Amino acid sequence: MKLLTTLSTIALCALSQAASAEEVRIYNWSDYIDEDLLEQFEEETGIEIIYDVFDSNEVLETKMLAGSSGYDLVVPTGDFLQRQITAGAFQQLDLDQLPNHSNLWDVIESRTAQYDPDNSYSINYMWGTTGIGVNVNRVTEVLGEDAPIGSLDLIFNPDNMEKLAECGVYFLDAPTEIIPAALAYLGEEPDTQDPDVLALAEPVLTAVAPYVAKYNSSEYINALANGDICVAFGWSGDVLQARDRAYEADNGVEIAYNAPSEGALMWFDQMAIPADAPNPEAAHKFLNFIMDAENMAAASNYVYYANGNLASQEFLLEDVIGDPAIYPDETTLGNLYTATPYEPRVQRVVTRMWTRIKSGT
Amino acid sequence: MSLARRLLISVPYTWLLALFLVPFLIVLKISLSDYANSIPPYTPTLEVGEGWSGIKEFWSALDFENFVFLTEDALYIKAYWSSLKIAALATFFTLLIGFPFAYGIANAPQEWRPSLLMLIILPFWTSFLIRIYALIGIISNDGFLNQFLMWIGAISDPLVIMNTNLAVYIGIVYTYLPFMVLPIYATLEKLDSSLLEAAQDLGCTRISAFWSVTVHLSKPGVIAGCFLVFIPALGEFVIPSLLGGSRTLMIGKVLWEEFFSNRDWPLASAVAVILLLVLIIPIVLLQRNEQMQREQNK
Repeated sequence: MKLLTTLSTIALCALSQAASAEEVRIYNWSDYIDEDLLEQFEEETGIEIIYDVFDSNEVLETKMLAGSSGYDLVVPTGDFLQRQITAGAFQQLDLDQLPNHSNLWDVIESRTAQYDPDNSYSINYMWGTTGIGVNVNRVTEVLGEDAPIGSLDLIFNPDNMEKLAECGVYFLDAPTEIIPAALAYLGEEPDTQDPDVLALAEPVLTAVAPYVAKYNSSEYINALANGDICVAFGWSGDVLQARDRAYEADNGVEIAYNAPSEGALMWFDQMAIPADAPNPEAAHKFLNFIMDAENMAAASNYVYYANGNLASQEFLLEDVIGDPAIYPDETTLGNLYTATPYEPRVQRVVTRMWTRIKSGT
Repeated sequence: MSLARRLLISVPYTWLLALFLVPFLIVLKISLSDYANSIPPYTPTLEVGEGWSGIKEFWSALDFENFVFLTEDALYIKAYWSSLKIAALATFFTLLIGFPFAYGIANAPQEWRPSLLMLIILPFWTSFLIRIYALIGIISNDGFLNQFLMWIGAISDPLVIMNTNLAVYIGIVYTYLPFMVLPIYATLEKLDSSLLEAAQDLGCTRISAFWSVTVHLSKPGVIAGCFLVFIPALGEFVIPSLLGGSRTLMIGKVLWEEFFSNRDWPLASAVAVILLLVLIIPIVLLQRNEQMQREQNK
């Protein structure tokens, strides 16, 4: 009995302590922050961060649309954000609580306004492109010196893919990124809502599906870095993180990222506060913290993605701001396209197609 | 029936009602709804506040569209069929391995049995996910198994087990083995060994005595074990998604995709309702069959 009393006292203490410390719950993409920044925020504000990660917009959207996710801050990509705003999933930002808002970059803000008019619900965290990561030595071994590593021909031409299958290829598990790429490869409009045009993507993807070892949106960083795979169709910064990890491991793996010459998707990951966030004040504090020029620069220097913060640029490392794979030059910029969310009817066509492609039925 | 007895019986019924029937009706209701971009992501939702007209409007918006869709796309039928096949085969292998285990324990010296049973149950103390990840470490291309086989020179190229259906079978058999062993052991332990002697006295060979006495009398345990393995294996999601390849088609994976990737809750609910029917119909038939047998024996 005495033991029981002691135990319950301990439990009660633990509970009351948990309730008294202020918390902010953040749900962000995997491998997407320098964890030192989280510690720094906790030290500066005394607010404890509960940090969870996801690797697909779809999973995030399921949680947002189910409601009561319990998160104070989430990071959907532009086209998903737009749909979730219409569904009423987010609350408007209170700019009075965000003095660092003036650091933002108007060039990026004008682009994100496509998804979030007036940028009243979100701020840009990172932006980047979707393209091809290759293990240079392995790919040239398999396909020869003139391997088309900067072209979608590498991953959508079955002849190339058949040979690449032996050293391993991963694709993102993200229909909204792969299907537009297949359309760009065919020379069609990538950002289409027309089911007949969308249907053209299916034979391209089905033809190469047998050679794709895995459709996954997070495992390719390590797989590329370790040399387990030689090609990944993935996000710019993730591939560059793989390059960095391989370099640090000094394992002889040389990774390169290219935005495809046929055109690449440009996406924007936006930080937003759910309508039913338990602690919106703390979320605002975190937003203001991350919009600080030095903090935002630290985040970009760590994850190799460009950000939407103009003031941060003076603190960026030269191999971040000077790398056209991260901050594209004018010619590459002209070659980028953006995506708009599919209407529900089209959405079903797309997801159905994706399930068929992946399962091979 | 006395009041006390009624009260006692009402406990499991209330449990079933609150934790099975009500959730099922909710899923059934969602399966008759339509996808919508809202919170929650389907329409219509029941507006009790609007009174009778609200309920009537809600009722008229329900339809069987999602169930019709399931029959139109071959994916679902293939997925159900492939799940049934994988679950049935895996159950068969579990039985094949589990029966000797149970038989061995039941025939071990009395003082050993608790420790042997403990060895069967012990893996349960480790998280299911960790056990599956451990399996990945063993069967992957550069895992322990391949390293060992290549070291002793049995093979020159690694066996490709990971990301195939074989890996899914190994995963199911390994994780569900205790569910097979324990009920079979329970029936075998109660078996009267004098029946075996009697069978042999009456001219049975050892093998035919084993068949007509031991196997026959352990049937309830075997059936219970098979159900305990087959039912969760049919809807299994974690094992095929971690061990299977992108070509491993199981309804649990399809259900996950519909719910999380496609955010089509109504369709996902329809898949779940059909899965439940696929499971319930054979169980009901089996129970009816058993009841009839029992009544005939009376």
